[in-house]
Amino acid sequence: METVIKEKIKQIKKGNQAAFEDVVSFYQNKVYQICFRMIGNAHEAEDLAQEAFIRAYTNIDRFDERRKFSTWLYRIATNLTIDRIRKKKPDYFLDAEVKGTEGLSMYSQIAADQALPEEEVESLELQTYIHKEILALPPKYRSVIVLRFLDELSLQEIAEVLEIPVGTVKTRIHRGRETLRKRLRHV
Amino acid sequence: MNCKEEAIALMHKYLDDHLTQTEEKKLRMHLQACQECQTHFHELKRTISLVKSSSPVSAPQGFTSNVMANLPKQKKRNHYTKWFRNHPFFTAAAVFFLMMFGGIFSAWTEDQQVTVSKQENLVIKNQVVIVPEDVTVNGDLVVRNGDLRIEGAVNGDVTIINGDLLKQDSREDSPLDGEKYMAYVSGEVNEVNQVFEWVWYHIKNTWESVFSLAKE
Ligand SMILES: [Zn+2]
Repeated sequence: METVIKEKIKQIKKGNQAAFEDVVSFYQNKVYQICFRMIGNAHEAEDLAQEAFIRAYTNIDRFDERRKFSTWLYRIATNLTIDRIRKKKPDYFLDAEVKGTEGLSMYSQIAADQALPEEEVESLELQTYIHKEILALPPKYRSVIVLRFLDELSLQEIAEVLEIPVGTVKTRIHRGRETLRKRLRHV
Repeated sequence: MNCKEEAIALMHKYLDDHLTQTEEKKLRMHLQACQECQTHFHELKRTISLVKSSSPVSAPQGFTSNVMANLPKQKKRNHYTKWFRNHPFFTAAAVFFLMMFGGIFSAWTEDQQVTVSKQENLVIKNQVVIVPEDVTVNGDLVVRNGDLRIEGAVNGDVTIINGDLLKQDSREDSPLDGEKYMAYVSGEVNEVNQVFEWVWYHIKNTWESVFSLAKE
Protein backbone atom coordinates (compact mmCIF):
# COMPACT_ATOMS: atom_id res chain seq x y z
CA MET A 1 0.00 0.00 0.00
CA GLU A 2 2.78 2.34 0.89
CA THR A 3 4.00 2.19 -2.72
CA VAL A 4 0.56 3.04 -4.09
CA ILE A 5 0.42 6.01 -1.74
CA LYS A 6 3.90 7.07 -2.82
CA GLU A 7 2.77 7.06 -6.43
CA LYS A 8 -0.30 9.13 -5.54
CA ILE A 9 1.85 11.65 -3.74
CA LYS A 10 4.07 12.06 -6.76
CA GLN A 11 0.97 12.87 -8.78
CA ILE A 12 -0.30 15.33 -6.19
CA LYS A 13 3.05 17.07 -6.20
CA LYS A 14 2.74 17.40 -9.95
CA GLY A 15 -0.54 19.18 -9.44
CA ASN A 16 -3.05 16.36 -9.78
CA GLN A 17 -5.50 17.24 -7.06
CA ALA A 18 -7.78 14.29 -7.76
CA ALA A 19 -5.02 11.90 -6.68
CA PHE A 20 -5.45 13.22 -3.16
CA GLU A 21 -8.91 11.73 -2.92
CA ASP A 22 -7.54 8.20 -2.70
CA VAL A 23 -5.09 9.26 -0.04
CA VAL A 24 -7.88 10.76 2.05
CA SER A 25 -10.16 7.79 1.72
CA PHE A 26 -7.33 5.43 2.60
CA TYR A 27 -6.29 7.26 5.78
CA GLN A 28 -9.55 8.90 6.88
CA ASN A 29 -10.47 6.38 9.56
CA LYS A 30 -7.02 6.31 11.10
CA VAL A 31 -6.72 10.06 11.26
CA TYR A 32 -10.25 10.50 12.50
CA GLN A 33 -9.69 7.90 15.19
CA ILE A 34 -6.57 9.67 16.48
CA CYS A 35 -8.42 12.98 16.66
CA PHE A 36 -11.55 11.49 18.19
CA ARG A 37 -9.77 9.55 20.90
CA MET A 38 -7.68 12.54 21.83
CA ILE A 39 -10.27 15.33 21.69
CA GLY A 40 -13.23 13.27 22.80
CA ASN A 41 -16.11 14.47 20.69
CA ALA A 42 -17.19 13.60 17.21
CA HIS A 43 -17.80 17.09 15.92
CA GLU A 44 -14.42 18.49 16.83
CA ALA A 45 -12.71 15.31 15.71
CA GLU A 46 -14.20 15.68 12.25
CA ASP A 47 -13.13 19.27 12.11
CA LEU A 48 -9.57 18.45 13.16
CA ALA A 49 -9.23 15.47 10.85
CA GLN A 50 -10.40 17.56 7.94
CA GLU A 51 -7.96 20.32 8.79
CA ALA A 52 -5.16 17.75 9.02
CA PHE A 53 -5.82 16.52 5.47
CA ILE A 54 -6.08 20.03 4.11
CA ARG A 55 -2.77 20.94 5.72
CA ALA A 56 -1.17 17.81 4.37
CA TYR A 57 -2.35 18.79 0.92
CA THR A 58 -1.22 22.38 1.05
CA ASN A 59 2.15 21.36 2.46
CA ILE A 60 2.68 18.32 0.29
CA ASP A 61 5.80 19.88 -1.23
CA ARG A 62 7.41 19.74 2.17
CA PHE A 63 6.83 16.05 2.55
CA ASP A 64 10.03 14.10 2.11
CA GLU A 65 9.19 11.09 -0.04
CA ARG A 66 11.86 8.97 1.55
CA ARG A 67 9.86 9.02 4.78
CA LYS A 68 6.67 7.20 5.59
CA PHE A 69 3.65 9.24 4.62
CA SER A 70 1.45 7.98 7.44
CA THR A 71 3.96 9.17 10.05
CA TRP A 72 3.95 12.64 8.56
CA LEU A 73 0.17 12.73 8.31
CA TYR A 74 -0.34 11.50 11.88
CA ARG A 75 2.10 14.12 13.08
CA ILE A 76 0.02 16.86 11.50
CA ALA A 77 -3.13 15.40 13.04
CA THR A 78 -1.69 14.98 16.54
CA ASN A 79 -0.12 18.44 16.49
CA LEU A 80 -3.39 20.05 15.49
CA THR A 81 -5.25 18.11 18.16
CA ILE A 82 -2.74 18.85 20.91
CA ASP A 83 -2.93 22.49 19.90
CA ARG A 84 -6.70 22.43 20.18
CA ILE A 85 -6.51 20.77 23.58
CA ARG A 86 -4.10 23.45 24.74
CA LYS A 87 -6.43 26.17 23.61
CA LYS A 88 -9.25 24.63 25.58
CA LYS A 89 -7.00 24.17 28.56
CA PRO A 90 -8.56 26.64 31.03
CA ASP A 91 -11.86 24.82 31.28
CA TYR A 92 -10.48 21.51 30.23
CA PHE A 93 -10.50 19.69 33.52
CA LEU A 94 -13.85 21.09 34.53
CA ASP A 95 -15.05 19.88 31.21
CA ALA A 96 -13.90 16.31 31.65
CA GLU A 97 -17.29 15.21 32.92
CA VAL A 98 -19.17 16.82 30.05
CA LYS A 99 -16.72 15.35 27.57
CA GLY A 100 -17.39 11.87 28.78
CA THR A 101 -21.07 12.46 28.38
CA GLU A 102 -20.61 13.47 24.78
CA GLY A 103 -18.97 10.17 24.11
CA LEU A 104 -21.78 8.53 26.00
CA SER A 105 -24.47 10.15 23.93
CA MET A 106 -22.73 8.94 20.82
CA TYR A 107 -22.65 5.39 22.07
CA SER A 108 -26.13 5.43 23.49
CA GLN A 109 -27.35 6.72 20.17
CA ILE A 110 -26.02 3.62 18.54
CA ALA A 111 -27.64 1.60 21.26
CA ALA A 112 -31.02 3.25 20.79
CA ASP A 113 -30.95 2.92 17.03
CA GLN A 114 -30.20 -0.72 16.97
CA ALA A 115 -31.79 -1.93 20.18
CA LEU A 116 -28.88 -4.09 21.22
CA PRO A 117 -29.19 -7.04 23.58
CA GLU A 118 -28.49 -6.44 27.26
CA GLU A 119 -24.89 -7.58 27.38
CA GLU A 120 -23.98 -5.47 24.34
CA VAL A 121 -25.39 -2.38 26.00
CA GLU A 122 -23.34 -3.23 29.00
CA SER A 123 -20.25 -3.37 26.87
CA LEU A 124 -21.17 -0.03 25.29
CA GLU A 125 -21.29 1.44 28.75
CA LEU A 126 -17.94 -0.09 29.43
CA GLN A 127 -16.57 1.34 26.21
CA THR A 128 -17.84 4.77 27.11
CA TYR A 129 -16.15 4.43 30.46
CA ILE A 130 -12.86 3.43 28.88
CA HIS A 131 -13.11 6.24 26.35
CA LYS A 132 -13.65 8.68 29.18
CA GLU A 133 -10.72 7.36 31.16
CA ILE A 134 -8.42 7.74 28.17
CA LEU A 135 -9.63 11.33 27.81
CA ALA A 136 -8.92 11.97 31.46
CA LEU A 137 -5.22 11.31 30.89
CA PRO A 138 -3.01 14.37 30.46
CA PRO A 139 -2.59 14.96 26.71
CA LYS A 140 1.00 13.77 26.49
CA TYR A 141 0.09 10.38 27.93
CA ARG A 142 -3.15 10.28 26.03
CA SER A 143 -1.44 10.69 22.67
CA VAL A 144 0.97 7.77 23.21
CA ILE A 145 -1.76 5.50 24.57
CA VAL A 146 -4.01 6.25 21.60
CA LEU A 147 -1.24 5.76 19.06
CA ARG A 148 0.04 2.60 20.71
CA PHE A 149 -3.10 0.70 21.61
CA LEU A 150 -5.76 2.03 19.28
CA ASP A 151 -3.69 2.64 16.19
CA GLU A 152 -1.13 0.00 17.02
CA LEU A 153 1.90 1.99 16.01
CA SER A 154 5.33 0.76 17.01
CA LEU A 155 7.29 2.65 19.66
CA GLN A 156 9.64 3.88 16.96
CA GLU A 157 6.79 5.20 14.84
CA ILE A 158 5.24 6.96 17.80
CA ALA A 159 8.59 8.60 18.50
CA GLU A 160 8.65 9.88 14.93
CA VAL A 161 5.06 11.08 14.97
CA LEU A 162 5.51 12.98 18.20
CA GLU A 163 9.13 13.93 17.53
CA ILE A 164 10.32 12.71 20.90
CA PRO A 165 12.93 10.06 21.79
CA VAL A 166 11.83 6.41 21.99
CA GLY A 167 12.82 6.41 25.67
CA THR A 168 10.34 9.19 26.31
CA VAL A 169 7.65 7.27 24.48
CA LYS A 170 8.29 4.28 26.75
CA THR A 171 8.14 6.37 29.91
CA ARG A 172 4.88 7.92 28.83
CA ILE A 173 3.35 4.60 27.92
CA HIS A 174 4.34 3.13 31.27
CA ARG A 175 2.87 6.03 33.18
CA GLY A 176 -0.26 6.13 31.07
CA ARG A 177 -0.69 2.41 31.50
CA GLU A 178 -0.27 2.61 35.27
CA THR A 179 -2.81 5.41 35.50
CA LEU A 180 -5.32 3.50 33.42
CA ARG A 181 -4.69 0.38 35.46
CA LYS A 182 -5.70 2.20 38.62
CA ARG A 183 -8.79 3.55 36.93
CA LEU A 184 -9.88 0.38 35.21
CA ARG A 185 -8.99 -2.31 37.69
CA HIS A 186 -12.44 -2.42 39.28
CA VAL A 187 -14.29 -2.55 36.00
CA MET B 1 13.55 -8.57 43.85
CA ASN B 2 12.15 -5.20 44.75
CA CYS B 3 8.51 -5.16 43.63
CA LYS B 4 8.00 -1.48 43.03
CA GLU B 5 11.29 -0.70 41.35
CA GLU B 6 12.28 -3.82 39.55
CA ALA B 7 9.34 -6.13 39.07
CA ILE B 8 6.97 -3.45 37.77
CA ALA B 9 9.62 -2.11 35.43
CA LEU B 10 10.06 -5.61 34.06
CA MET B 11 6.32 -5.96 33.58
CA HIS B 12 6.22 -2.85 31.43
CA LYS B 13 9.21 -4.04 29.52
CA TYR B 14 7.43 -7.30 28.95
CA LEU B 15 4.36 -5.47 27.71
CA ASP B 16 6.52 -3.47 25.31
CA ASP B 17 8.02 -6.73 24.03
CA HIS B 18 11.50 -5.78 25.10
CA LEU B 19 12.20 -8.40 27.72
CA THR B 20 15.30 -10.55 27.39
CA GLN B 21 15.08 -14.24 28.23
CA THR B 22 16.90 -13.83 31.51
CA GLU B 23 14.64 -10.98 32.50
CA GLU B 24 11.60 -12.96 31.60
CA LYS B 25 12.76 -15.81 33.77
CA LYS B 26 13.39 -13.40 36.61
CA LEU B 27 9.96 -11.90 36.28
CA ARG B 28 8.26 -15.27 36.10
CA MET B 29 10.02 -16.47 39.23
CA HIS B 30 9.02 -13.35 41.09
CA LEU B 31 5.42 -13.57 39.96
CA GLN B 32 5.20 -17.13 41.21
CA ALA B 33 6.30 -16.00 44.62
CA CYS B 34 4.58 -12.64 44.95
CA GLN B 35 0.81 -12.40 44.99
CA GLU B 36 0.79 -8.63 44.88
CA CYS B 37 2.83 -8.43 41.71
CA GLN B 38 0.75 -11.15 40.16
CA THR B 39 -2.34 -9.02 40.67
CA HIS B 40 -0.55 -5.95 39.37
CA PHE B 41 0.58 -7.77 36.26
CA HIS B 42 -2.86 -9.17 35.65
CA GLU B 43 -4.40 -5.70 35.99
CA LEU B 44 -1.93 -4.22 33.54
CA LYS B 45 -2.61 -6.86 30.94
CA ARG B 46 -6.31 -6.48 31.44
CA THR B 47 -6.06 -2.71 31.10
CA ILE B 48 -4.48 -3.07 27.71
CA SER B 49 -7.08 -5.51 26.49
CA LEU B 50 -9.82 -3.22 27.76
CA VAL B 51 -8.33 -0.26 25.92
CA LYS B 52 -7.86 -2.35 22.82
CA SER B 53 -11.42 -3.61 23.01
CA SER B 54 -12.76 -0.13 22.29
CA SER B 55 -14.38 -0.54 18.94
CA PRO B 56 -12.59 1.37 16.22
CA VAL B 57 -14.32 4.57 15.21
CA SER B 58 -14.69 5.47 11.56
CA ALA B 59 -14.76 8.83 9.89
CA PRO B 60 -18.28 10.13 9.31
CA GLN B 61 -20.03 9.62 6.00
CA GLY B 62 -18.94 11.91 3.24
CA PHE B 63 -15.69 12.75 4.97
CA THR B 64 -13.51 12.37 1.90
CA SER B 65 -15.74 14.44 -0.35
CA ASN B 66 -15.90 17.14 2.31
CA VAL B 67 -12.13 17.30 2.41
CA MET B 68 -11.93 17.41 -1.36
CA ALA B 69 -14.51 20.20 -1.50
CA ASN B 70 -12.55 22.24 1.01
CA LEU B 71 -9.15 21.99 -0.63
CA PRO B 72 -7.67 25.21 -1.90
CA LYS B 73 -7.96 25.69 -5.65
CA GLN B 74 -5.63 23.55 -7.71
CA LYS B 75 -2.13 24.73 -7.13
CA LYS B 76 -0.56 26.04 -10.28
CA ARG B 77 3.05 26.02 -9.54
CA ASN B 78 4.79 28.97 -10.99
CA HIS B 79 7.10 27.76 -13.69
CA TYR B 80 9.71 30.29 -12.68
CA THR B 81 9.89 28.72 -9.31
CA LYS B 82 10.14 25.37 -10.96
CA TRP B 83 12.93 26.54 -13.21
CA PHE B 84 14.65 27.91 -10.20
CA ARG B 85 14.32 24.57 -8.47
CA ASN B 86 15.63 22.69 -11.44
CA HIS B 87 18.62 24.92 -11.95
CA PRO B 88 20.00 25.44 -8.49
CA PHE B 89 23.51 26.10 -9.72
CA PHE B 90 22.58 28.99 -11.98
CA THR B 91 20.29 30.41 -9.44
CA ALA B 92 22.85 30.22 -6.71
CA ALA B 93 25.46 31.81 -8.91
CA ALA B 94 23.14 34.60 -9.92
CA VAL B 95 22.13 35.18 -6.39
CA PHE B 96 25.69 35.19 -5.23
CA PHE B 97 26.27 38.14 -7.53
CA LEU B 98 23.21 39.87 -6.28
CA MET B 99 24.32 39.34 -2.76
CA MET B 100 27.76 40.69 -3.35
CA PHE B 101 26.15 43.85 -4.56
CA GLY B 102 23.43 43.81 -2.06
CA GLY B 103 25.77 43.43 0.86
CA ILE B 104 23.90 40.50 2.34
CA PHE B 105 27.10 38.54 2.35
CA SER B 106 28.75 40.94 4.70
CA ALA B 107 25.59 41.01 6.72
CA TRP B 108 26.06 37.34 7.39
CA THR B 109 29.62 37.61 8.54
CA GLU B 110 29.48 40.82 10.49
CA ASP B 111 26.18 41.07 12.19
CA GLN B 112 26.34 38.74 15.17
CA GLN B 113 23.74 40.28 17.38
CA VAL B 114 20.75 38.24 18.42
CA THR B 115 17.70 39.40 16.58
CA VAL B 116 14.20 38.04 16.62
CA SER B 117 11.31 38.90 14.38
CA LYS B 118 8.69 39.15 17.10
CA GLN B 119 9.60 40.66 20.41
CA GLU B 120 6.40 40.70 22.41
CA ASN B 121 6.42 38.39 25.40
CA LEU B 122 9.65 36.68 24.36
CA VAL B 123 12.59 36.40 26.69
CA ILE B 124 16.17 36.76 25.44
CA LYS B 125 18.80 35.38 27.79
CA ASN B 126 22.44 34.54 26.99
CA GLN B 127 21.94 34.33 23.23
CA VAL B 128 18.85 32.17 23.76
CA VAL B 129 15.43 33.36 22.74
CA ILE B 130 12.74 31.76 24.86
CA VAL B 131 9.08 31.49 24.06
CA PRO B 132 7.73 31.20 27.61
CA GLU B 133 5.28 28.50 28.50
CA ASP B 134 2.19 30.66 28.59
CA VAL B 135 2.99 32.49 25.37
CA THR B 136 1.70 31.66 21.91
CA VAL B 137 3.38 33.45 19.04
CA ASN B 138 0.97 33.97 16.21
CA GLY B 139 2.76 34.13 12.89
CA ASP B 140 6.18 33.11 11.69
CA LEU B 141 9.16 33.49 13.94
CA VAL B 142 12.69 34.22 12.75
CA VAL B 143 15.66 34.13 15.12
CA ARG B 144 19.13 35.21 14.03
CA ASN B 145 22.42 34.51 15.75
CA GLY B 146 20.89 32.85 18.74
CA ASP B 147 19.30 29.63 19.88
CA LEU B 148 15.60 29.20 20.36
CA ARG B 149 13.75 27.37 23.05
CA ILE B 150 10.01 26.96 22.74
CA GLU B 151 8.21 26.28 25.96
CA GLY B 152 4.98 27.76 24.77
CA ALA B 153 3.76 27.53 21.21
CA VAL B 154 4.36 29.02 17.81
CA ASN B 155 1.49 29.24 15.40
CA GLY B 156 3.52 29.40 12.21
CA ASP B 157 6.88 28.56 10.75
CA VAL B 158 10.08 28.87 12.70
CA THR B 159 13.36 29.82 11.08
CA ILE B 160 16.58 29.89 13.04
CA ILE B 161 19.52 31.46 11.31
CA ASN B 162 22.89 30.67 12.77
CA GLY B 163 21.50 28.98 15.86
CA ASP B 164 19.81 25.84 17.11
CA LEU B 165 16.43 24.83 18.29
CA LEU B 166 16.98 23.70 21.86
CA LYS B 167 15.05 20.63 22.81
CA GLN B 168 13.67 20.46 26.28
CA ASP B 169 14.40 17.15 27.83
CA SER B 170 14.47 17.82 31.53
CA ARG B 171 10.71 17.61 31.42
CA GLU B 172 10.32 13.91 31.59
CA ASP B 173 10.51 13.71 35.32
CA SER B 174 7.48 15.86 35.81
CA PRO B 175 4.74 13.95 37.57
CA LEU B 176 1.92 12.35 35.68
CA ASP B 177 -0.58 15.05 36.44
CA GLY B 178 1.81 17.84 35.50
CA GLU B 179 0.30 19.83 32.70
CA LYS B 180 3.42 20.39 30.72
CA TYR B 181 2.81 19.68 27.14
CA MET B 182 5.22 19.29 24.31
CA ALA B 183 6.46 22.49 22.86
CA TYR B 184 4.54 22.95 19.72
CA VAL B 185 5.10 24.53 16.36
CA SER B 186 2.27 24.40 13.89
CA GLY B 187 4.42 25.02 10.84
CA GLU B 188 7.89 24.07 9.68
CA VAL B 189 11.11 24.44 11.60
CA ASN B 190 14.10 25.51 9.54
CA GLU B 191 17.60 25.90 10.81
CA VAL B 192 19.97 27.84 8.66
CA ASN B 193 23.58 27.55 9.67
CA GLN B 194 25.69 28.05 6.60
CA VAL B 195 26.22 30.98 4.35
CA PHE B 196 24.99 28.96 1.44
CA GLU B 197 21.78 27.97 3.19
CA TRP B 198 21.40 31.55 4.21
CA VAL B 199 21.61 32.51 0.56
CA TRP B 200 18.98 29.94 -0.26
CA TYR B 201 16.76 31.14 2.50
CA HIS B 202 17.02 34.66 1.20
CA ILE B 203 16.38 33.72 -2.36
CA LYS B 204 13.40 31.63 -1.40
CA ASN B 205 11.91 34.49 0.51
CA THR B 206 12.65 37.06 -2.16
CA TRP B 207 11.28 34.87 -4.89
CA GLU B 208 8.28 33.90 -2.90
CA SER B 209 7.43 37.50 -2.25
CA VAL B 210 8.14 38.54 -5.83
CA PHE B 211 5.93 35.81 -7.18
CA SER B 212 3.17 36.24 -4.72
CA LEU B 213 3.11 39.86 -5.89
CA ALA B 214 3.15 38.78 -9.49
CA LYS B 215 0.27 36.41 -8.91
CA GLU B 216 -2.03 39.07 -7.45
ZN1 LIG C 1 6.35 -8.49 44.02
